[in-house]
Amino acid sequence: MTDISRSASVAANADKKQTSDRIKRRYAAERRFKAYGVIAIVLAMSALIWLLASITFTGYQAFVQTYIKLDIHFDARAIDPQGTREPETLARANYAALYKQAIRDQFPEVKKRRDKRDLTRLISSGADLKLRDIVLSDPAVIGTGQSVWLVASDEVDQFTKGAYDRGSPEADRPFKDKEIAWFDKLVEAGALERKFNFPFFTSGTSREPELAGIWGAIVGSFWTMLVTLLLSFPVGVSAAIYLQEFAPKNRWTDLIEVNINNLAAVPSIVFGLLGLAVFLNFFGLPRSAPLVGGMVLALMTLPTIIIATRAALGAIPPSIREAALGVGASRQQMVLHHVLPLALPGILTGTIIGMARALGETAPLLMIGMVAFIVDVPDGPMTPSTVLPVQIFLWSDLPERAFVERTSAAILVLLAFLIAMNAIAIFLRKKFERRW
Amino acid sequence: MDQVVANSTAEEQEPAPASKISAQGVDVSYSGKQALFSVDLEIPENRVTALIGPSGCGKSTFLRCINRMNDVIEGCTVDGKITMDGQDIYDPDLDVVQLRARVGMVFQKPNPFPKSIYDNVAYGARIHGMNESKSDLDEIVMTSLEKAGLLEEVKDRLEEPGTGLSGGQQQRLCIARAIAVSPEIILMDEPCSALDPIATARIEELIENLRERYTIVIVTHSMQQAARVSQRTAFFHLGNLVEVDDTEQMFTNPSDERTQGYITGRYG
Repeated sequence: MTDISRSASVAANADKKQTSDRIKRRYAAERRFKAYGVIAIVLAMSALIWLLASITFTGYQAFVQTYIKLDIHFDARAIDPQGTREPETLARANYAALYKQAIRDQFPEVKKRRDKRDLTRLISSGADLKLRDIVLSDPAVIGTGQSVWLVASDEVDQFTKGAYDRGSPEADRPFKDKEIAWFDKLVEAGALERKFNFPFFTSGTSREPELAGIWGAIVGSFWTMLVTLLLSFPVGVSAAIYLQEFAPKNRWTDLIEVNINNLAAVPSIVFGLLGLAVFLNFFGLPRSAPLVGGMVLALMTLPTIIIATRAALGAIPPSIREAALGVGASRQQMVLHHVLPLALPGILTGTIIGMARALGETAPLLMIGMVAFIVDVPDGPMTPSTVLPVQIFLWSDLPERAFVERTSAAILVLLAFLIAMNAIAIFLRKKFERRW
Repeated sequence: MDQVVANSTAEEQEPAPASKISAQGVDVSYSGKQALFSVDLEIPENRVTALIGPSGCGKSTFLRCINRMNDVIEGCTVDGKITMDGQDIYDPDLDVVQLRARVGMVFQKPNPFPKSIYDNVAYGARIHGMNESKSDLDEIVMTSLEKAGLLEEVKDRLEEPGTGLSGGQQQRLCIARAIAVSPEIILMDEPCSALDPIATARIEELIENLRERYTIVIVTHSMQQAARVSQRTAFFHLGNLVEVDDTEQMFTNPSDERTQGYITGRYG
């Protein structure tokens, strides 16, 4: 071995060592980088799980409701003294007296005027409506006795759900000792039960938490979303197609593009102010109506849809466009026959994501009066109504414990709708996706 | 400016067949950057004309002028005159859709529509209203596939997606699609660059057969391919048409030394 070759091999060894060091460092750097990513995901996931868990934990109780069984005597003298059986008379009768009498009969030992009043308060003050409905649907019950499950008051409901501790000092809880005694007696008699809370899904809101439901808000959300979709989808997609496929590239289209991108970032309450100024004050459209809410949300959703549609159109490879033009398709034929069908999954996804955002929007609707207290379920886009997120906002402001759990339950329902919409978006994308 | 050096002598040597396309002083620029400089070129009818030259020399640009495909490129301007059968194709009154029906095009990368094989071929005929009935359309599809030499391979699976075919089959499908609208001219932009040698051989064979009915202009990077399939060859360099001549003449005895250099592989 000559000197030269020896020194060469020494150099090679040193080089080898350096190389292996470098490789080690590179692997370490890569491992660190991956670890950062995993940590970030773990943090995000735990925050999400915490949020969902706390909402679910507070909210799931609202899906059950305490009911009290009472033997109601449908007294003919109280309901229909003349015996006409006319619906109008029946509708106007004092049904509250019936259940009040029934519960007093159940507890004959309660004598004091004040105690009697407290006793009747175990039953929800909306119970008379239920009795009225029974009579109206079947007037034959008048004069007979019947066992009826009536909604308990929110205090009773909260007590069954463990909101108040029996052992705590009486002054600290709204549910006093005498009420606990009555409660225990009812439980003993098998006259108190927890059932699935159907009214929560079928009725509008109410001042009484045990009667408040989200159906009114769901229907209001439905009409609002319908108006939003009908306005923003065709307008947004047409605008995007024109801008992306037909419009000349010049200063004006650049300006429009910049403005659309800016609009997507405008705080939503600004759209609410615009709706208030233009739709309500200038055009005089009805206040609190889903029509106006939908119009405002459509304005808010438009930029999202336009941007998503343009991105979807732009992602179609030029080779497909050239192929269509090459066989003599006009520009419009190229777009309608080839580009649009391929871009459809992206367009639908963008639209549904935009709609999901609109569904969860509260601020702009506050400005146009959809924040009103509306008990009735809306029957069209012109009737005053509210929407789910606004309902949540309204309930979150109320002091009753029962409203706290209802707020969370309504959030759960809203989240379920949002997840369903996103699932539909994924499904549609998979269904219409075509490869080329 | 007249950089066209040696095309006049070559053209006069042989009695060329009637000229189908005639380009006079064609300048093309993309957003101010000039890509073609005053190109004069006659393309004979029922012949295969090959456009050769190094990358970026403007041969594809020239090809795309013939069916006005450059119209869709933002900022592209075409000056000069291109006539087809004596008619100016840049005449503002001319309907570009009609022009493209007469001038079919096959692209570098096979680009069938993501539709069935049948619909790929039928599409052009459908939009031009060339069929009166379903059976007319079937006829058009079948003869087009037949002419493109694809019928045997796909006749049992016409409803399958065109994108499921092999690369060579896809390219022949694209040729069938171009033929289906009965064009007079077929432009091919490096049709074999994405294909293996066997598929390339099939396409070349096909080009030879198609020549009887169509005027073909083909852009190619392969000198051998140009020599094999074309009757006339035009050599482009840096946006200039350097030389145009009969293929045989061009490859045996080029008159310009740049051509000489390119075809012997010294540059490009």
